[in-house]
Amino acid sequence: MSALELAQKLGAQFGELLAAPVEFRGEVTLAVQDAERIAEVCIFAKTTLGFDYLVDISSVDNYGVDPRWTVVYELCGLAHRCHLRLKTDVGEEKSELPTVTGVWRTADWHEREIYDMMGIRFRGHPDLRRILMWEGYPYFPLRKDFPLAGKPSEMPDIAFSRPAPLEGGPFVTMAGAEHATTREPRVRTPENG
Amino acid sequence: MQTNTEIGYNSKIEGDVIVTRVDAALNWFRKNSVWPMPMGLACCAIELMAAGASRYDISRFGAEVMRFSPRQSDVMIVAGTVTYKMALAVKRIYDQMAEPKWVIAMGACASTGGMYRSYAVLQGVDNVIPVDVYVAGCPPRPEALLDAFIKLQNKVVAKAPVVSTLTIANLKN
Repeated sequence: MSALELAQKLGAQFGELLAAPVEFRGEVTLAVQDAERIAEVCIFAKTTLGFDYLVDISSVDNYGVDPRWTVVYELCGLAHRCHLRLKTDVGEEKSELPTVTGVWRTADWHEREIYDMMGIRFRGHPDLRRILMWEGYPYFPLRKDFPLAGKPSEMPDIAFSRPAPLEGGPFVTMAGAEHATTREPRVRTPENG
Repeated sequence: MQTNTEIGYNSKIEGDVIVTRVDAALNWFRKNSVWPMPMGLACCAIELMAAGASRYDISRFGAEVMRFSPRQSDVMIVAGTVTYKMALAVKRIYDQMAEPKWVIAMGACASTGGMYRSYAVLQGVDNVIPVDVYVAGCPPRPEALLDAFIKLQNKVVAKAPVVSTLTIANLKN
């Protein structure tokens, strides 16, 4: 059974909720129209279609576009070895969707990371704390409107942060260049290449 | 041609008594038993381990005793990326070390933040604790760490008198 057939089974079960599966370079992606129902789609995918392994959950900041967030679920079945990607959009004013920790326990830390970096909350998560930054850090650093250098913050006796000196950066490497001096990370803007 | 192979102390020639200054003796003791606090935070710690293992053998300089308690260590080798989340923990461990104490910032990250010009990384551990020797490299080879260690030893022997005038005044009273 291929990933496309499994995606069609999922589509037959949920009908209007799922868009038609898109296949690109051998990978199948399904868009879930309503983020509120992501958990029930995941339960069906796991119990009936055998997607017993949640590889990753990631999030995308479509800055300037409504809805702002896209949450991406990478599913895999160890028995049939098919890979399926679920995508769902979440608006900025809501910034919340149901957790899938009840489906795959591994979702716990994935969802905590998304909450930490992007500020999207997962309703029903058993322990929604920051996972990389310290508790009390006031920003969500992977959002597109957060500066690369960071922002100052202060938590007495716990942590502080200061903006990093970018010196006109960001510094970008040029991996394929012939000489080491060219390959080195340097300030590269669209103007100076 | 005769070469002088007598590099150590020879009691047959010099007798059983050595005369020196207390400062010089104490600093010599210190110099040859600088126990590191291995603050291994990233890949530099792998090179630090290599420096401790037999091929590079940091014990030639009296520093093989990696103490995982700050109370028993003399030099903190900050080997790796110091994040803001870790920064105050590093400072707290440094504060717990007994005087005299020294710090080696090993590698680009510990020295300046290295390639991490980022919201999460402290731009050099000298922002929170004083650093005696900086080691360049990403990561530095064990030889570079040993070189830094010899420089630190030179700094230890060149240190101002250990027995302070305050102690001498107390002895007089």
